[in-house]
Amino acid sequence: MHGRPRKAASKPEASAAKALKLRSVQSQFMSNHHRKIYTQEAIQLSAKLLAINPEAYTAWNYRKLAVEDNLSRIDDSDPSLVNSILNEELEVVAIALRRNLKSYGAWYHRKWVLSKGHCSLEKEMQLLNKYQKLDLRNFHAWNYRRFVVELTKTSPQDELQYTTDLINDVSFSNYSAWHNRSALLSSLVSKKPDGFMPKETIRRELDYVHNAIFTDEDDQSAWFYYLWLLDQTVKMETPLRTSSWPSDGSIIILSGPGCFNGSSSSKFTTFCSESASFPLILYFDQAVSGVSSSTVTIDSELQGNQDLVWEPVSDKNSQLSCVWVARLKFDSTEPCFRKENKVKVSLGKSQGIVSSRGCNLSAPFEFVFTVHIHDTVGEPQEGIVSWTDGFDNWDAQSKDLNSLITSDQLNADTGFEWRKQAIKIEIECFRDLHDSKFGKLILARLLMAEETMISDDAVKGVHYNEILQLYNDLMALNSSHDQYYKDEHSVALLHKVTSSTGMYRRMSRHLFLYRNMNNIVCLRLNNLTLSRIAAVEKFLFVQMLDLSHNELHSAEGLEAMQLLCCLNLCHNRIRSFSALDSLRHLKQLRVLDVSHNDMGGKHPVDTTRYLCSRPLSNSAEIGRQVPCKYWDAYLVLRDLKKLKQLDIIRGNDLIAGEEFSSFVRQVVPKLVWLDGHKLAS
Amino acid sequence: MIDLPPYPPLDPSNYDLIIVGTGVSESVLAAAASSSGSSVLHLDPNPFYGSHFASLSLPDLTSFLHSNSVSPPPLPPSNNHDFISVDLVNRSLYSSVEISSFESEILEEHSRRFNVDLCGPRVVFCADESINLMLKSGANNYVEFKSIDASFVGDSSGELRNVPDSRAAIFKDKSLTLLEKNQLMKFFKLVQSHLASSTENDDTTTVKISEEDMESPFVDFLTKMRLPPKIKSIILYAIAMLDYDQDNMETCRHILKTKEGIDRMALYIISMGRFSNALGALIYPIYGQGELPQAFCRRAAVKGCIYVLRMPITALLLDKETGGYKGVRLASGQEIFSQKLILDPCVTVGLESLSSLTDQQNETLSVLVPKALINKEKVARGICVIRGSVKADVSNALIVYPPKSLFPEQLTAIRVMQLGSGLAVCPADMHVLYLSTLCDNDDQGIKSLLSAMSNLIRLPDPENHQSDSVVENDTCEAKPILLWRALYVQEPVKGEYGGTISSMPSPDGNLNYNEIVESALKLYEQLMGSEELFKEETSVENTTEENDGGVDIED
Repeated sequence: MHGRPRKAASKPEASAAKALKLRSVQSQFMSNHHRKIYTQEAIQLSAKLLAINPEAYTAWNYRKLAVEDNLSRIDDSDPSLVNSILNEELEVVAIALRRNLKSYGAWYHRKWVLSKGHCSLEKEMQLLNKYQKLDLRNFHAWNYRRFVVELTKTSPQDELQYTTDLINDVSFSNYSAWHNRSALLSSLVSKKPDGFMPKETIRRELDYVHNAIFTDEDDQSAWFYYLWLLDQTVKMETPLRTSSWPSDGSIIILSGPGCFNGSSSSKFTTFCSESASFPLILYFDQAVSGVSSSTVTIDSELQGNQDLVWEPVSDKNSQLSCVWVARLKFDSTEPCFRKENKVKVSLGKSQGIVSSRGCNLSAPFEFVFTVHIHDTVGEPQEGIVSWTDGFDNWDAQSKDLNSLITSDQLNADTGFEWRKQAIKIEIECFRDLHDSKFGKLILARLLMAEETMISDDAVKGVHYNEILQLYNDLMALNSSHDQYYKDEHSVALLHKVTSSTGMYRRMSRHLFLYRNMNNIVCLRLNNLTLSRIAAVEKFLFVQMLDLSHNELHSAEGLEAMQLLCCLNLCHNRIRSFSALDSLRHLKQLRVLDVSHNDMGGKHPVDTTRYLCSRPLSNSAEIGRQVPCKYWDAYLVLRDLKKLKQLDIIRGNDLIAGEEFSSFVRQVVPKLVWLDGHKLAS
Repeated sequence: MIDLPPYPPLDPSNYDLIIVGTGVSESVLAAAASSSGSSVLHLDPNPFYGSHFASLSLPDLTSFLHSNSVSPPPLPPSNNHDFISVDLVNRSLYSSVEISSFESEILEEHSRRFNVDLCGPRVVFCADESINLMLKSGANNYVEFKSIDASFVGDSSGELRNVPDSRAAIFKDKSLTLLEKNQLMKFFKLVQSHLASSTENDDTTTVKISEEDMESPFVDFLTKMRLPPKIKSIILYAIAMLDYDQDNMETCRHILKTKEGIDRMALYIISMGRFSNALGALIYPIYGQGELPQAFCRRAAVKGCIYVLRMPITALLLDKETGGYKGVRLASGQEIFSQKLILDPCVTVGLESLSSLTDQQNETLSVLVPKALINKEKVARGICVIRGSVKADVSNALIVYPPKSLFPEQLTAIRVMQLGSGLAVCPADMHVLYLSTLCDNDDQGIKSLLSAMSNLIRLPDPENHQSDSVVENDTCEAKPILLWRALYVQEPVKGEYGGTISSMPSPDGNLNYNEIVESALKLYEQLMGSEELFKEETSVENTTEENDGGVDIED
């Protein structure tokens, strides 16, 4: 039981005597069991054994056999005989539970007896009420209660009242009661009987749990319930396409490999492709499945795009992902050359894009973009890409940026308004609790949630400074969790950077044009103490990204940036290759700098190396030869087929040396520059 | 008293200690002294145990309040000339006694089913000194308790708000805002952490209230902790149970220091969790407060103390030579001798007899000389028998009206306690309501009590006497109806140690017995030296205490 000290162990002599007695009972019982003796006397012996040791699983199983045996002998027509046999079992369980309230075998046996029918379920409920008062958080009793409730068809409303009574009258620090409450409400809300519409139910529950939180902010049980409620409030049922590349109304210029003619206008995204195709990226606010050529239709004059293959961009081998990508083909030699090609993408017209919860896309949606195909002049550049020179400030006008970034879509979910209202009330409420760390954390989360719900551009982004301040306070207040706060701080910071406030986009100060590469747009987010990547849905257009001199420990999140060809991750805290795993999805990547990350250094053991499914258990790997020494590097690099420039050795431990560079050259045959040295072809 | 049948002479006639009066302090002393081996004679002029702490039927209570102001006539002086005899006078502790019955028939029918306290409203805190003493002495075996179900704070609007006195109560409270809940619970935690740090010595992690704060007024400390007035008032008057308006320096006779405030909160908080079968901090003895002195008397009797009720003493006997105390003369005429004497607070020496005494004799009698009251503070008490309850679904409850909550000139808190038939103090469907407040003069005190009464109950309609079930209006209908009422003002007398003759205190204006028991224990120490209190019992009773907490509390 909780919060009660254990009693000191009894004296060794006493326990030895006990053991001796137990052993003799046990051996007698075992011999009965083996000889299948089910006499009254033998059954009594098993009861005696279980009374001493409820954990004797064999004895429970023996009793099951004995019951079956007895039932087969008696006249079925006499229910009182059946009852007496089963009631005796219940009695044995009750005695065992008196010894150990948490005996798995005993509770399971009781379930088994009940499944035979014939038992008074009312009595079970009474027994349960007693046991649940004895130990409020006995999960065996709670599980059994759910089992009995199922059998008795007790209404969820009654069970909800039971949790309320326990919370009100016994103690509100009852995780089990709060948890059962969330389970009951989930089922009630999904069935929507009277008085349990999501809007009213969640408001009522929020108001209720506030009492617990404000009374004792250090009590975690109420916080867990609150966080569950908050999740129910914030999470829209229907998924939403939040972003895409190309975005609606944008103009993109495509070309073959190399430079193209004339100065490119900064208003357009230019994209050079060697394979005469460009990615079409869809970004959803929650992981969805079912993105395919039947759910997404494309109208365009570009040839050969009838049966597009949509692929989820996710680390797991699942068909659920926030990011989906397809490759549209174009041909620079076709007649459509130098002509405007309109591409219309519509999704959601036919059902099929569903979230993990099984909800369909909130509303059908379509967007149109224009494609210009340019001629290429000259050979592709083979020069080294520098992260220090060749950048021009890009005085991007707001409208230029707006055409690059998909403006925020608001969910058309019917519950949107009340959810927004609920969050507003919560924010007001938790401003009162600002001097507690939990209060600060919740407030920061609430403000983040509200940000995503604000539709008015004029007030968008107003909360970010407050959120950042809250996380700064939290880092100072509770240093043992500062990595978590730092991550959340980074998320908020990135959202702040990408947020638009009226005519001004904060992002523009981070945007540059890189002269040596067709003036492609470079997003420089260096020196921002970022520890986590977020808001990538706003960066989909970016082809060159500088994240150097931050505190990133993983490249997770970058996989959505399918256009990315140059990436700088130097001077971060990426300690292992497995943290670079998401880069595998970046098929366009040509320049990568991961130097000065102390990779392979003396860090606490990288558990992902051992826990993750690679290299052997992953079915995709079977049959492939994985070089044993650098297998982790291999798994990342082998998919970066276009990589021409790699900075990896400087500032990273253990991987220096000729052996490693020859390994890299082997894995990445197109590599020209390794750590600033031109490789002999 | 004159009609008393001749009483057989007491044997023996010599004791270590004679105690007159069976109030709580006298009974505690009797039990303590007898258990330490002293021979004790315990007398009471009344036909019941408890003196000013007794629980009585309505007629007995009425006659006690009235008759107590009459002194027994002195007997003719005895012919024993070895001693000087000093006649004793009974002074009255009660004034402005006013008793009115509104439904005499019903009350007469049930008159013997009432056990009404003289010293109400009074409760026992689960952790207070009187419970400790009962456990120590074994007196707990003779009393059963029940929990007080709820406590409320009232004001002139007539609304009764729950006192959020625990984590669960704060959680459930409907009148506090979320922020107030947070502030109140934080304050409780601060007090708890402070208490924990003072018991576990060098634990630096726990928060402690600074020395400076501990010496400052409690009310200022509460303000410093940013507690809103509503919560301050709850803590000061409904938890720390203060009497005087702490915000008014002019009228407040006792500005409580934080140190004392924390002690009072500690008593409350520890009381809440002491017995698992008690609902809250407060318990009340079934059959009334009179059970407590009686329990100690029974304990004393077990240890050999001799009890004689209906036996007033009429005179003190002093040594002719030294003027020292020798013994007493009983109303029966018998002369009994003892080393020491302890007297009920209303026993004094007549002023006329004093004038003829020598200095030495005067010194012996010093504690009996009525003194000009330094502190004019009195306790106004009221008792109401009502039909119905002041709060639906609640039978036993404490209600506090903080200063100024009923009317602007209200200087002191008024405490009201409702007790029901579950405590065997009145017939079913009725309740007894006790009220008390401190006052400077009778009028002021009675005015406060009447104001609280009119807030809670209604007088029977004189015209519509018989049919009070007629619906008049909503608020009126909800209020319980008054059947019987007693109002009186009681003069508090402090106990005093005077060597051979000591006098005991009268019931104070507090809600519990802490101060009374403390003064009794102090007197015991003075009388008996460093003799340990109830040392024998502690070892015997220890085993039972482990099982049920030692106190019988009925669910």
